[in-house]
Amino acid sequence: MDEMLLEIKHLKSYFFTRKGISPAVDDVSLQVPKGKIVGIVGESGCGKSMTAKSVMDLLKYPGRVADGEILLEGRDLTKLSEKEKRKVRGEDISMIFQEPMTSLNPVVKVGKQVREAILNHQKMDKAEAKKRVIEVFRQVGISEPEKRYECYPHELSGGLRQRVMIAMAMVCRPKLMIADEPTTALDVTIEAQILKLIKNLCDTTGMSCLLISHNLGVIAQMCDYVYVMYAGKVVEQGDVFTLFDHPQHPYTKGLLASIIHLDELPERLSTIPGVVPNLMHLPEGCAFCSRCSEAMECCKIKKPELHDLGDGHVIRCFLPAEREAAHE
Amino acid sequence: MLRSIGKRVLQTLIVLFCVSLMIFVLLRIIPGDAITTMMGEHANADTIARLTKEMNLDKPFYVQFITYLKDICTGNFGTSYTLNKPVTELLAAAFPNTVKLAVMAAVIAWVIGMVCGIIAAVKKDGILDRLFMGFSLLGVSVPVFMVAMVLQYFIAYKLHWVDISGVKSWTGFILPAIALGWNSAGSIARLTRSTLVEVLQEDYIDTAKAKGLGRGGVIILHGLRNAMLPVITMMALQISSLLSGAVISETIFSINGIGRLAVDAISRRDIPLLQGTVLFTTVIVIVGNLIADCLYTVLDPRIRKGA
Amino acid sequence: MKKREHLENTAEQEALAAQLGESDTFIDKMKRMAADNKLAVFSAFVILFFLLLAVCAPLLTPYSFEDQDLLSRLSAPSAKHLLGTDELGRDVLTRLLYGARVSLAVGIIPTIASMVIGVLLGMISGYVGGIVDAVIMRLADVVLSFPSLLLAMVIMYTLGDGITSIFIALAITSWAGVARVIRSETLTLRETEYVEAARSMGVKDFTIILRHVFPNCIPSLIVLFTLDVPSAILSESALSFLGIGVQLPNSSWGLMVNMGRTYLYNAPWLSLVPSAAIMLVVLAFNFLGDGLRDVLDPHLKNS
Repeated sequence: MDEMLLEIKHLKSYFFTRKGISPAVDDVSLQVPKGKIVGIVGESGCGKSMTAKSVMDLLKYPGRVADGEILLEGRDLTKLSEKEKRKVRGEDISMIFQEPMTSLNPVVKVGKQVREAILNHQKMDKAEAKKRVIEVFRQVGISEPEKRYECYPHELSGGLRQRVMIAMAMVCRPKLMIADEPTTALDVTIEAQILKLIKNLCDTTGMSCLLISHNLGVIAQMCDYVYVMYAGKVVEQGDVFTLFDHPQHPYTKGLLASIIHLDELPERLSTIPGVVPNLMHLPEGCAFCSRCSEAMECCKIKKPELHDLGDGHVIRCFLPAEREAAHE
Repeated sequence: MLRSIGKRVLQTLIVLFCVSLMIFVLLRIIPGDAITTMMGEHANADTIARLTKEMNLDKPFYVQFITYLKDICTGNFGTSYTLNKPVTELLAAAFPNTVKLAVMAAVIAWVIGMVCGIIAAVKKDGILDRLFMGFSLLGVSVPVFMVAMVLQYFIAYKLHWVDISGVKSWTGFILPAIALGWNSAGSIARLTRSTLVEVLQEDYIDTAKAKGLGRGGVIILHGLRNAMLPVITMMALQISSLLSGAVISETIFSINGIGRLAVDAISRRDIPLLQGTVLFTTVIVIVGNLIADCLYTVLDPRIRKGA
Repeated sequence: MKKREHLENTAEQEALAAQLGESDTFIDKMKRMAADNKLAVFSAFVILFFLLLAVCAPLLTPYSFEDQDLLSRLSAPSAKHLLGTDELGRDVLTRLLYGARVSLAVGIIPTIASMVIGVLLGMISGYVGGIVDAVIMRLADVVLSFPSLLLAMVIMYTLGDGITSIFIALAITSWAGVARVIRSETLTLRETEYVEAARSMGVKDFTIILRHVFPNCIPSLIVLFTLDVPSAILSESALSFLGIGVQLPNSSWGLMVNMGRTYLYNAPWLSLVPSAAIMLVVLAFNFLGDGLRDVLDPHLKNS
């Protein structure tokens, strides 16, 4: 059994608005083992980003963590004081975001911004810190690092900016890096480079990574273990091979079916009918019921719990229980 | 960067030229004869003829304009009709007072305004926020003369803390400066708050927090650096409104400044004096805007490299 | 933490509404403002109240604004004269009501005029670009280089006394600010995809401006209006205060303040009452403008 670096237990992060409470993350549990890459995949609005931001408590109000435990090597992050949380941010856990252009301060040189990450956590003199930054720049594949140190964000390409963000995330040698849609805003060729870089860094430094994406291809390429989320809940989880070869949940099956394989072009593209429900007006039973091709009567009235299929493969559905009952 | 400064200077010169033309034209197309208007009942044929010759009013329009431009460039703003002194002398006497007043007002306004705005933004929706924004609204809504008169009545007259009018010592400037800066402080506070609130929603603030930066660090190092840009633009625009307000403040507190000079010039129909004061103040505004523009270029690297 | 349980800021509500996929029309926005911002709604009523007072002035007072009663000059507020009398025995309340007509008219009419000019020139400048843009912007720069009060003074000097002169003077001082804002909005809108799409389909520029650019400028215009009207009222009162604006025997609030100044120490109400009136109207417009800006969210950065 792998040693667990991060354990999220029954996390609930809600939006508390005037019109009602929106359960963006509703009882989510997940684990990231040391040295592995774990992915969270799902459509926009399923709660994957909120989960990631909850770990570091970066939620903007009116959202906040309502319940649950977030254990980093046994330490519950939700119980820390603000000062202690600040220490964790950047040093033990770091995060990279989707939009590298808006994630960097436009009026400060990039080198200085990365240097700030070091100086927040370690006492070092500025020249020494600068050297370390240039070293990390080289590590993440930024050419002419001394020159790039003096550049402003708008002077760099999208790929370079994301490398700067990765450098910023790496510079304190964190145990876990959370990557929230790191390549969504980048061209396909650059995306490939960045993904390769992240994988490389994890392999060489033993760092774990929590990768968030809506792109199944990215998830398949990078991750060891995958969680599929829908409407704020985990609906299926398993190691990457099992999940992609033998998906069990109708939603996962639907997602995989909608990927177009260029060597076998279908007559019509496969889609999942219907739309994601409004989180504030969720139906009585399973949230996916109205769009599910295998829905049963019980799905409309009861919410399914997690069902363990063995070997780390778990789904939130009534189907396996039905099938087992049918076999008997 | 040199190129953009050069371009801006050229634009400024064009504007300066148009401004002087506009002043010149406006003051001379008054219906009726300028001299008779000015002299009123004392006009008689000889005086009119003499003055017409003296003031070049018999020459064609464009000649008058060229003489006017030449004079300005050599620093000759003409002689005041009613005070019989060179306009430049009058301006030189009045200018220091206006400067002292305006600078004092600006410092009060900008410092207080920014501090209130920052606190209000950071404590958004709390009591301090509402209090400060309430005051700012008051600042923007109350006319200068009302503030001036209320201050004059209560603090100078009733409490005798400072003189009612005149500027025998620097304390005489306090009340007029407050009256003048009150309005600007309100605007600056409101703008600082709204820009800072907007900036604090940006993604790079999240990045800063994710790096482990403390609240103060996030606000000052990342928030303010970006929020200050529009605020500085507003400060530059306020040079103009401060000069407008100075007119009123100087009148109420009987300060011998350029504003009061302009008002006197109008009521006495003293064209050279009016021309001189308006031209002078306009030049100050234009130069101020140019400096602010260059400052903005320095502070925002995106503009610097023409991105 | 209890305070933060609910969304206060209507801009955030709008974002959340978009996130949740709900519609958000102009009427919805007005309803939201009415619900969230009681102050703004109250201010709207205050403005209507003053407008009503101004229009019905003759009906509300038995005196005419010229009636003099030298025996009771400078009397304090009493049953006979609700706000007292001025130095010539004229009823202050009457002069206040008639003054409201002038002050409000001078606030609203030149602002409308300056908006029409500003919108036309701003949209043309922003959309056409090139030399036209340069010329119009230089013209705006020239106007904006003058401290507004001084420019108004010079124009008043040229045009002579009279209410029309004041209208013209104030319209000329305000149009440039409007033009600048509208121009920058137009520039942004010109680059939007739907304008590009319209152009690529051969739609005439004029139609594009009318149908795509102008409607998107309306929120900014509404907010600008609520900002420029109080500015015009303040300018007129400043001009009248200096003796350059409205002249006797007409009445405007600024003029009343000026006339009352001499008696500030023994009859302070003469100046303070009209000043208070100015302040109330300006405050009301500012509150309303703030409320509208919160809900319409046009990106106006210069106050």
